[in-house]
Amino acid sequence: MSPRKSISALAAAAAPGLVLERSEAVPALIGRHEDFLFISGLGGTACDVGAVAGDGAHVYSLGGAMGAACMMGLGLALARPDKRVLVVTGDGELLMSLGALAAIAVVNPPNLAILCVDNGHYGETGWQKSHTSLGADLEKIASGAGIKRTRTVATEADIADGARLLREGNGTSFVNLRVKPTEPAEFKRNFDASFCRDRFRAALQ
Amino acid sequence: MDAAVDSKSRTGWQHELYDLLRRSGITQFCYVPDAGHSILIDRSLADPDVHSIALTTEEEGVALIAGADLGGARAVLLMQSSGVGNCINMLSLIKGGRFPFLTLVSMRGDFGEGNPWQFPMGQATQPVLEAMDVICLRAERPEDVIPTVSAALTMAFKSGKAVAVLLTQRLIGAKPF
Repeated sequence: MSPRKSISALAAAAAPGLVLERSEAVPALIGRHEDFLFISGLGGTACDVGAVAGDGAHVYSLGGAMGAACMMGLGLALARPDKRVLVVTGDGELLMSLGALAAIAVVNPPNLAILCVDNGHYGETGWQKSHTSLGADLEKIASGAGIKRTRTVATEADIADGARLLREGNGTSFVNLRVKPTEPAEFKRNFDASFCRDRFRAALQ
Repeated sequence: MDAAVDSKSRTGWQHELYDLLRRSGITQFCYVPDAGHSILIDRSLADPDVHSIALTTEEEGVALIAGADLGGARAVLLMQSSGVGNCINMLSLIKGGRFPFLTLVSMRGDFGEGNPWQFPMGQATQPVLEAMDVICLRAERPEDVIPTVSAALTMAFKSGKAVAVLLTQRLIGAKPF
């Protein structure tokens, strides 16, 4: 086992209440990836989306600019009301941009959904606990920010309802997916932000 | 209110500026509320053909602009110079992705400023923007505004550059204390 994996295994052992694996739960929530335009965060969520959608033109993944994902999703959703936009972000990135939830709630575009893959840790930097391991509840924060359609998905039984919420409805939805602090699916993503911009725009013409 | 910015008659450079932005295809106006931009903000709120997005902090607008561009739309960020400091790391997205970027910055800590707290960021605004590769154009007089913003629109949306127009306190007036 690599040192990275062994640290994540220790973190997972310390969080016995969490049962879902992100590598299984994220694909189950997304379903048919062709139905969405994706904005993903950096790190783990870029791999989560890449494992489902591949290195596709309908995906824009961050490699930095932490905190950008939700507001990029808002700009894209407003620009393309004919498409469904799914932001896939992590607890660490979302904690850095909580105000965006309030900004999005006011506009409330029906074609925008946010999926937060909440593993309670900063996986990229050595598995330090995030605030969601220490008391913060991102679904309550999203709800308190004014987003009306929110769910926490923490068990298999919650997935069908969460998947429906990401695809349907007359306002922006938010799903907080509580997963074990284990590694995301392996995916080698493209770090050329300008190439990915051009590819995304060209495919949308 | 200054007769030159009478909002009822829709005269004055602020109204001309709004009309210019609309003619140039801007459909998303995002902002942290600011007195210097109040006419643009009010016009965008009253305009059924645009999205008017109130931000909680300015860097949200940087990300919004990039997302709008991915979808083929044009957005503008309206902010005060103090907000420029909040945007620095988020401008990595604009530079790395070579996203077109237009912001209108109402200056504080500048010509005739009476609040000493405004000087640190006001004086750092242009160097900070330039450090992140945002080109700065300054408008000092009412007759500068339309030609300067026209130039910025061309640079942003024809050449794909990141451009800030600094609306100086000489133009918008220093807040009296």
